[in-house]
Amino acid sequence: MPLFGSDSKTKSSLDGLWLKCNNCGEIVYKKEVDKNLKVCPKCNYHFRMSAKEWIDILIDQNTFHELWDNIESIDPLDFKDRSRYRDKLKEAQKQAGVNDAVVTGYGTLNDMFINIGIFDFNFMGGSMGSVVGEKITRLIEKAAQEESNLLIVTSSGGARMQEGIFSLVQMAKTNAALSRLKKNKTLYLALLTDPTTGGVAASFASVADIIIAEPKALIGFAGPRVISDTIGQKLPEGFQRAEFLLEHGMIDMVIERKVIKKTITQIIRLLGNTEKKLTAS
Amino acid sequence: MIHQPLDFEKPIYELEKKIEEFRQLSASEGIDLSDEIARLEKKVKKLREETFSNLSAWKIVQLSRHPERPYTYDYIYLISNEFVEIHGDRRFKDDTAIVSGIGLLNDQRVVFIGEQKGRGSKDRVLRNFGMPHPEGYRKAMRAMDIAQKFGIPIVTFIDTPGAYPGIGAEERGQAEAISESILKLAGITVPTIGCIIGEGSSGGALAIGLVDKMFILEYAVYSVISPEGCAAILWKDQSKAPQAADALKMTADDLKRMGIADEILKEPAGGAHNDPKSMAQTIKEALISALAELKSIPADELVKNRYSRYRSMGQFREIGK
Repeated sequence: MPLFGSDSKTKSSLDGLWLKCNNCGEIVYKKEVDKNLKVCPKCNYHFRMSAKEWIDILIDQNTFHELWDNIESIDPLDFKDRSRYRDKLKEAQKQAGVNDAVVTGYGTLNDMFINIGIFDFNFMGGSMGSVVGEKITRLIEKAAQEESNLLIVTSSGGARMQEGIFSLVQMAKTNAALSRLKKNKTLYLALLTDPTTGGVAASFASVADIIIAEPKALIGFAGPRVISDTIGQKLPEGFQRAEFLLEHGMIDMVIERKVIKKTITQIIRLLGNTEKKLTAS
Repeated sequence: MIHQPLDFEKPIYELEKKIEEFRQLSASEGIDLSDEIARLEKKVKKLREETFSNLSAWKIVQLSRHPERPYTYDYIYLISNEFVEIHGDRRFKDDTAIVSGIGLLNDQRVVFIGEQKGRGSKDRVLRNFGMPHPEGYRKAMRAMDIAQKFGIPIVTFIDTPGAYPGIGAEERGQAEAISESILKLAGITVPTIGCIIGEGSSGGALAIGLVDKMFILEYAVYSVISPEGCAAILWKDQSKAPQAADALKMTADDLKRMGIADEILKEPAGGAHNDPKSMAQTIKEALISALAELKSIPADELVKNRYSRYRSMGQFREIGK
């Protein structure tokens, strides 16, 4: 499974008072970026956000209930490359502040009930192993059973290699759950953020009822480095970016962060379940 | 006998070559070399047994990619009485890295779908080394629709280094095509059987690999990534591929143990390429018995069982439970 390579703009130093934009290189005041939903005020570059930051933006205050945060990887292959997978897991948990690469739960979005799963790229590149697959599957099953709204915010390099074949079959597991969801009126929205590639792109991310992407987000099956190595050519400007996918008919819209909540609200009002109340869950 | 031996097959190959020479010599010169030939045959048999008794994961990976290994077409023609191939995705083109069509297995109709590698340099390029583009998976989905419409079971042969990573493939939605194919197999109401015959690599393999029953040949592999790819990313050194092959647990034995494959089909001595006909016969028998088993299950139960099968795949712990 092609994993997102290290050539990406993975980390920006968001610790100090000032930070350098990954895109335009301008030094910008951190507080200003935060206030601007982590979008560069100079060039409109959308910085990556943690799961928690997404919840703050999308979910109404104090309505988010997290589910299944007690599910953890058990390192099924006892995998060791230059270091042990279980050590990497611990380190990632400490550094990202989440148990694995996806946070799942429910809450309200402009007073409408929503089941939501958000990938956290800080946790091992948002890679999908058994834990991510299980949590996403449970979320899909819950939404299907309630016929309530489902939103998955992706940011993932693909499958988690350290779990070998177990990570690959999570694509089958999540899509099997989605095949059930097709039989009723559950609205499934996918919001693809930078980057969405590999096993996540080739499963639930690309088959939602409506697919929204963030500006310039890298979206594709194979990582750009794998492709340029295979074909021995430099890739064209803008290749595999959200706008490229829109042009090729693979996604429905590219939406800026500042209007994302409004857009999702509009779609749920038109297609989704507006009856279900938070207390009923 | 084999013609393009792998490194570890070379001693066997040399002996076989010698036997062949002796045979020709005795035929052309009328010399009786039968004792010598019998001695060498015994020796080659023993050597083969020794070589194959304790293969490393890396050697198995090489066997799974053996240039003489039978491919999808070989098996389809060896096991089916009739075969009508379908072509094209009706949208863009006919992808020759995927073969699909309707065949007869004894007297039963079967829809075959499989990844197809080429033999010889020209054919290899033509088949894109068994790496499908989105249109290949869309053709596969057409075959699935035919199976669904006419109530015909599906048999997939998995043998690919992966879905093709290229510009056109991305432009035309490789990720979407794979995902839709998996989705379709999840909901289909006819029996589905998979057989990993060589290299089962990544999403390109899984695209036709969500099935009711999964067979794997003894020297076939199934993995989330190639050992070379894994070594390059995690070890930052492609030469560590043998270690990665071990770590990924990708052999038939591993997959059976982990519940991903249901049954291992034993290969002829020295691997499937030493005797494609006998390998095909083994596959045919396995398919016929699996079909009988699956056909007896009502459609709704079949889909439900398939769901449970994949629902339970994955290993994790729930703290406090």
